[in-house]
Amino acid sequence: MTATETTPSAPAAARTPLMTLAGVSQVFDTKAGPIRAVDHANLSINPGEVLCLVGESGSGKTTAARMAAGLAKPSGGQVAFAGTDIWSMNRRDFSTFRRSVQYVHQDPYASLNPTRTIQQTLTAPLLKHGVVKGARAAAERAAELLTKVDLTPPENYLPKYPHQLSGGQRQRVAVARALTLDPKIIIADESTSMLDVSIRISVLAMLGRLRDELGVGFLFITHDLAIAKYFGWNGKTAVMYLGRIVEFGPTPDIINAPTHPYTRALIDAIPEPDPDLTKTKGTGSLRSLEIPSLAHLPPGCTFHPRCPLFEGGLCDLTVPELVEIRPGQSAACHVVARDGAEPVRPDEPAR
Amino acid sequence: MTTVAEFAETPTAQTAIGTTGVSRFSGILSALRRSPAGFIGFLIVLLLVLITAIGPFFTPDVAPNVKEILLPAGSPGHLLGTDNEGKDVLIQMIDGGRSVIFIGFFAAAISTVVAIVLGSLAAYLGGKTDSAVVTAADVVLTVPQIVLLAVLGAMFRLDSPLLLSLLIGALSWPVLTRAVRSQVLSLKEREFVEAARLLDLGTIRVVFVEILPNMASFILMNFMIGVTNAIYQLVGLYLLGLAPLTGSNWGIMLNRAWIAGAIFNDASLAFILSPIVAIVLLLLGLVMMTRSLEEILNPRLRDR
Repeated sequence: MTATETTPSAPAAARTPLMTLAGVSQVFDTKAGPIRAVDHANLSINPGEVLCLVGESGSGKTTAARMAAGLAKPSGGQVAFAGTDIWSMNRRDFSTFRRSVQYVHQDPYASLNPTRTIQQTLTAPLLKHGVVKGARAAAERAAELLTKVDLTPPENYLPKYPHQLSGGQRQRVAVARALTLDPKIIIADESTSMLDVSIRISVLAMLGRLRDELGVGFLFITHDLAIAKYFGWNGKTAVMYLGRIVEFGPTPDIINAPTHPYTRALIDAIPEPDPDLTKTKGTGSLRSLEIPSLAHLPPGCTFHPRCPLFEGGLCDLTVPELVEIRPGQSAACHVVARDGAEPVRPDEPAR
Repeated sequence: MTTVAEFAETPTAQTAIGTTGVSRFSGILSALRRSPAGFIGFLIVLLLVLITAIGPFFTPDVAPNVKEILLPAGSPGHLLGTDNEGKDVLIQMIDGGRSVIFIGFFAAAISTVVAIVLGSLAAYLGGKTDSAVVTAADVVLTVPQIVLLAVLGAMFRLDSPLLLSLLIGALSWPVLTRAVRSQVLSLKEREFVEAARLLDLGTIRVVFVEILPNMASFILMNFMIGVTNAIYQLVGLYLLGLAPLTGSNWGIMLNRAWIAGAIFNDASLAFILSPIVAIVLLLLGLVMMTRSLEEILNPRLRDR
């Protein structure tokens, strides 16, 4: 898989971040005790930038995304849009925020209203917010949006109900709906994980085109590093584990030179097409394959029961902070922070 | 109802692509015909509504006639015989359905509209709105209705059909309100509702355009059940003599036949059975009809 077709968008680092999550936490109270779904996460998205959020299930990716979208109120920390805390905004600013940040859900079978035609789904926001005037103009704009997401000819799709479309087509409609109000940021929550591989690539390519042509910023959530690599090559990637961000940096560095042992394990877990290579890779060097329960997190670094670099008396006592390991790339690991980016690994597979 | 308006709104594109070129009306007809039971139910209701709505314009006035008291069914000139005053039963049957059907539908419409508005807003808004609605529903539910109706019947003259439907409607909304509320509680967590909220479509629109059509068949079925319940209540009121027995309808006929002891006389069997059969047929038709409604309102089933 290559990412050469994408060109870097305008240098965004100089501008102020469009959206920042500053130390946000989300704690759910359950019968089993409080569950820290997201713990002091710091993220920022610049205009036109792609930020990938990677992690296994239960790592808090979706909870972080829902807080970023304003669908859930963080129990700690601040979500700011254009410099203002969204939960202390007045009604009008919040409404602007709402329209600027759109969400593409994981399941295209659940995210479209089964009783509404595609045309009704797409024209409702256009008419409600006066993007266009009149039903005819709205229908034309809806057709334009469908063309943008490669559903052509649009008149074949406008009168259809969601159940008459395939999963890939539905997901394209969901993207078109997210585009109706010219958003600044699209939050894609595992948006391609429910699609077939071949359709996934074409949807990803379509999203990449939108990112480059429309300058939309993406918060791209995935459990698949290969997709993060494909889609977010020119952006940043944050790796989450059990609610915490364990590594953050430019996507190429995360993929090619991961520093945190968890990120390395993730990269090692990507299956190789060559069976011989897969055999020599081993199972990574994890000490345990069991993911701790969010209700009973291990003390200190939550990764320590599984970590190949575990050092008793250090990792199981204090929580590591995110520190810069290389320029622009930071990791939350005591050992890596002390010993540098390439500590000796017990059974380093030949590369 | 909002749902019907929503489906009707389907704009120009429908003709542009011509899904099969059929109009909405014939689409509904074919959906009706797909379920034989539903179609028969629809025909029964249609027939009864037509007879009782148009029939009275063609029936002669009935007057008491001492010479023809309690003729059995099949007597010349009196197909269903006559009652204890010598009045033709068939003519009374044709004349006496209008108000029963009107009150049934109107009372059910009132309670359904109240239930939809209160139930969905309570579920969607939550908080104080929710507790207020649930409390109000519980209070109305705990009041013994037949006793209340008896008291009201004693205090007021309940002879206007409008007043009767208002009264029955005002007492029967709580059950459906709670049902609608629980449906919306589940539907509002669905992702398409979240998407609508993210598009800032507004509470009213999200509730009544995005959420409600998804329970259209549920609501319409409950409306039909509401009609049957309202008719039961009404007939019960008449049978117990709690509503004024002026004029003539199926409920009043039943009361008079009962009071006159028609069940003890072979010749007057048609006198007491006719209103019962009419009411049972109407309710049976309504219940059978609900089977087809699911097919009409669910776009998945409709287009097949």
